[in-house]
Amino acid sequence: MNQKTIIPVGPFHPLQEEPEFFELEVEGEKVTDITVNIGYNHRSIEKIAESKTFDQMVFLVERICGICSTSHPIANCNAVEDLAGIEIPERAKYIRSIVGELERLHSHLLWAGLAGHFIGYNTLWMWVWKYREPILDLFEAVTGNRNHYAMMKPGGVRQDIEEGAIPALSKGLDEAERKIEMVTKAALDDPVLAARLKGVGILSKEEAIDYCAVGPTARASGVDIDVRKDEPYAAYGLVDWKIITQEEGDVFAKVVVRLLECFESIKIIRQCLQKLKTTKGDIAVQVKEIPPGEGIGHHEAPRGETFHYIRSDGSNMPVRLKVRAPTYVNLPTCKVTVPGESVADATIILAAIDPCYCCTERLVKVIDRERGRKWNWEDLLRLSRKKTERIKKRMGISHE
Amino acid sequence: MSSPDPIEAIKAEFEDRIVSWEEKSPKRYYITMPREDITKVADFIFAKQGARFIIASGVDTPEAIEILYHFAFDKLNKILTVKVPVPKERCEIESIAPIIDGANWIEREIAELLGVNFLNHPNPKRLLLAEDWPEGKYPLRQEPRRNR
Repeated sequence: MNQKTIIPVGPFHPLQEEPEFFELEVEGEKVTDITVNIGYNHRSIEKIAESKTFDQMVFLVERICGICSTSHPIANCNAVEDLAGIEIPERAKYIRSIVGELERLHSHLLWAGLAGHFIGYNTLWMWVWKYREPILDLFEAVTGNRNHYAMMKPGGVRQDIEEGAIPALSKGLDEAERKIEMVTKAALDDPVLAARLKGVGILSKEEAIDYCAVGPTARASGVDIDVRKDEPYAAYGLVDWKIITQEEGDVFAKVVVRLLECFESIKIIRQCLQKLKTTKGDIAVQVKEIPPGEGIGHHEAPRGETFHYIRSDGSNMPVRLKVRAPTYVNLPTCKVTVPGESVADATIILAAIDPCYCCTERLVKVIDRERGRKWNWEDLLRLSRKKTERIKKRMGISHE
Repeated sequence: MSSPDPIEAIKAEFEDRIVSWEEKSPKRYYITMPREDITKVADFIFAKQGARFIIASGVDTPEAIEILYHFAFDKLNKILTVKVPVPKERCEIESIAPIIDGANWIEREIAELLGVNFLNHPNPKRLLLAEDWPEGKYPLRQEPRRNR
């Protein structure tokens, strides 16, 4: 009799904390086939967009994702501007690129931390996330929000970056660069990471092209596509930077691409901040009417190309909005990267494409409402140490 | 890429089949093709001209379901959209997933959301909708609009 074993992972992924369901078909430890089931989180955004005005639509698409929350608005505005033939002011271009690149920074760091967590390397996770935190503070300084920045609108941006804010931003960037450099050197030299990630989950160049993969997933397999270079929107054609590619196509190559991209992002933001000092003028043009027609806009999100197609009938609402997020084309590559690998490696291979994540938490103070007690950082640390001691005692390894 | 200008190559290859050709801007091309030709067109643009398949969009119009196949020529900064109207009476079209792996999911999505039957699709299962979603109800089909 032909029998096979299937390990179900999901529908709520225990590590990625997202609703997706992988069925791993295994022979012993080896994965022989994989099936992906999605649709547990379908929110009908495309349908909802049909009942929103062009201005409201930007806010709607911003809520597609909490991590790349500015990517969808940029792609959406690019599409509306393509439809109506709008050219945005130069100052708005720089601001768009600054917000877009800050997002890439925090998103890549978020992923690097999670990648560490997924392979049980929690030190890396904690360190990287600690260094990601000040970048969210920069966001708060620039936009007023840590996530969901609400900066984009068809025709430009909603908020200016005042000249007085630039020195503090530059300083924050310098600090971030130092820390990312330290992490990058440590990660790329780390024997544990090399042992776990090199040669694992290889996506060849041909496969990346066949599956139409985008972003770091494609670039780590030697496909040098990047919308920022290929169709220079915002300020990407006005500043100097380069596309990062690797040839290996394994998980390690994806780590290298993302970490090195952080430095390019910092380079872009620095140049944009410089240009803001000399480029004065409006931050948006008035958009009165959207004519009937079609528009296509895309943006290089941290995970790859985000694509928006809009059709208008001349009213103030779109007839159709089509959104393609990068994970939609990157996730199916697991059909070729996972089979043949072990179950333990499947976790990190599936995470290597950086599937979209929707939450950012911050801890300032924990309030126990029932007892009316406030816990601060020191209290929580004490609590955590007490628990560790308790566990040690139970396991008989306490030194007390 | 086999030809210096793939857009011209496509124009020449399908000259007598193209229903309409629109150059919205130097970066955006829209061509309308009959549905019988879609596999040939997809194969020519993707396999022979080396374009990247971005995604397909399905649009419900009063006349037909339009399927728009978006292809990118990344290094030339051009996006070519192939429009194929599929009549609602016999709402079916040949699948391009056997030619382009990346089209597998989107064809399943268009099938369930707009009710287009993709012939010879390698895995014609539902993608997004729940298993108990009623047959024959397509969420992205338009109802007569009010308050517009």
